[in-house]
Amino acid sequence: MPLLHVSDMTYYFGGLRAVYRYALTLEPGEIRGLIGPNGAGKTTVFNLITGILTPTEGTVEMGGRSLIGQQPHQIAAQGLGRTFQNLLLWRHMTVEEHVKMAHYSQLRYGLIGALFGTPRRIAEERRIAENSMRLMEIFDVARYRNLLVGNLPYGAQRRVEMARAMAINPKVLLLDEPTAGMTPEELIKMIGTIRQIHRDFGVAILLIEHRLKFVMELCRRIQTLVFGEVIAEGTPEEIQNNPKVIEAYLGKEEIAACNW
Amino acid sequence: MRRDEQPPANTRPSMDELSMQGQAPLSGMQRIRAAFAGVPILGWLVGILCAVFIERYFGDEISYQLYLPKVPVLFGCLIMFKKPLLIPSALAYVTLIYVVPIAASARLSAVFTNRIAAVLDRGPIALSCLIHVGLLYAALHYWADLSDYRLLVLKLTMIAVMLTLSINLINGYMGEFSCSHPGFMALGAYSSSVLTLFFFGNHSLFGPALLPAALGPYCFPLALIIGGLIASAGALVVAIPSFRTRGDYLAIISLAFLFIVKSLIENMEWVGGPRGISGHPNWSSLPVVYMWMIACIWVINNFVRSIYGKALNALRDNEMAAEAMTVNTRKTKMVAFMLGAFWAGVAGGLFAHVMRFVNPGTFGIQRLAEILAMLYFGGLNSVVGSIFGAVSINLISEMLRPLELYKWIVIPLILILVMIYRPSGLLAFREFDVKDILRPKHTGVGRGE
Repeated sequence: MPLLHVSDMTYYFGGLRAVYRYALTLEPGEIRGLIGPNGAGKTTVFNLITGILTPTEGTVEMGGRSLIGQQPHQIAAQGLGRTFQNLLLWRHMTVEEHVKMAHYSQLRYGLIGALFGTPRRIAEERRIAENSMRLMEIFDVARYRNLLVGNLPYGAQRRVEMARAMAINPKVLLLDEPTAGMTPEELIKMIGTIRQIHRDFGVAILLIEHRLKFVMELCRRIQTLVFGEVIAEGTPEEIQNNPKVIEAYLGKEEIAACNW
Repeated sequence: MRRDEQPPANTRPSMDELSMQGQAPLSGMQRIRAAFAGVPILGWLVGILCAVFIERYFGDEISYQLYLPKVPVLFGCLIMFKKPLLIPSALAYVTLIYVVPIAASARLSAVFTNRIAAVLDRGPIALSCLIHVGLLYAALHYWADLSDYRLLVLKLTMIAVMLTLSINLINGYMGEFSCSHPGFMALGAYSSSVLTLFFFGNHSLFGPALLPAALGPYCFPLALIIGGLIASAGALVVAIPSFRTRGDYLAIISLAFLFIVKSLIENMEWVGGPRGISGHPNWSSLPVVYMWMIACIWVINNFVRSIYGKALNALRDNEMAAEAMTVNTRKTKMVAFMLGAFWAGVAGGLFAHVMRFVNPGTFGIQRLAEILAMLYFGGLNSVVGSIFGAVSINLISEMLRPLELYKWIVIPLILILVMIYRPSGLLAFREFDVKDILRPKHTGVGRGE
């Protein structure tokens, strides 16, 4: 059974068709790429899967259970972690608090524990602190743990976001342009980090990316989205040589010729 | 063992160390701060207790010698404004009774208090807290014992602390702008008043007492809690719209709620309408108000330091990210509103029983402005800030009472200055770690050789 199964997903922003009949079958442990020019609807696909937007039509299922109609936090708690293209961090919170916060759905001590500081709360929070420490070490942000996130270098902020996403124990990780605005060195480090997550945690990863090189490096299969529709799907080589993809990225040859 | 490992909480070097290193001489202020850096909280409490006892036993004599008409009630401020000629005497009194004894006994006892604090630090935190809270109560009790005016100011200040803390939960930690706090307070005040007067008072509106008066003080907490619960039920009216709106819109909704509550009470004749209710039993004594305040601080501080409480910050800073990280934002908002309203309701109930009179006019825009002033003066997102803001604004406004109308120019001016230089308040974004605060200080003089 596929881990994440999306079929016929369609979404309209008013009269604008943002996503049309999108389909995805993600197997456990797979890394899948989603590429496409600006405004193709890649982030909308993520928002539809994670429940921030509700699809106009179509189904989204995880482990055989439909995700449509659930609150985003319920969907996330079932094992769907994500990062954001424009780094949605909490600017008044420290790195450690970020990673701890993402354990929210695993808290069991309830309101009584929160209000009265019961021993159970202390034990649970200690366990969460240990787990957070482990994650912060994996993502190499442990030395920043008491700093506010705004004071961190950009690459480290990206890694905090990934550590936070991994703290919810995801089965599927959605990465929205994890290398946006990164220097080449940071980019190489990020490839290593993603490989490491994939190897150590065994999560399935769906990756939005602009830099083709990065996607080609990581993914076995790639989807290309243009104006909300998947125009090509296949291995990196197939995608690279697909005339439709080339057309979407570089424009049509004839039109270029006509202009002359 | 632990004492030696500890990094100094306050890395300011002591005077001796500095003079040995032959550095540039310190300025006056720095010298004073260096001298007192090693005094733990316990030391300050001992100092305050000393001052209170000196005032109790020698206050009359000293004020007589200084040509003061009576013992100055609020640190001599009232006298200074009324009779400017007595300013030197009032200053001398404050110096003799408060500044010198507190400073001297805090500093001289630092060696002992640091040792005691170190012992307490190793024991359970609850015991240490209890001792500190008890000492503070003793000091406040004997300080307030000298005049009824002091007692009233103290009780109202404690109620203000509860109000500020509870609104900080919504406006500071969660970052919404809620204006409905006096409404919650009114709900709590009226509910508990009706309960106590119905069961224990021979009142024209509610008939004769149903239960013996001796039971009253024991049932009073129950009445307050019911008042708080009714207030938190009322908070749902604001909490549910907050799922969909933020910012200005929610501010307007909450303001509307405040007006609804106020005009509702004004039109309910069975609770006295606009004239209000009076004749409450005198159950809000100092220890009762103090215990409720401590309970409020304890519960709210526990909450905001838990992951559930930190969720408030997460949804303030970015709600979408909070949802994506499994935070149940609706539940979090509801809890924040209801908890805040609960404590506002309890504070309202205490307020009604301190004043022994309630009317709807008390819970209007004016009260809201006061609460917001205390909140933004003290600092958002901080328990210490709330306590500091409530105490200082309350004391300042009592001290400036002789200025009459000009008081309302001075206090807003102070607020404007704070907003310009510290936009989120004087002590914003601090963690209130009780263990850390009560810890012995091992810099400078306090080193227990």
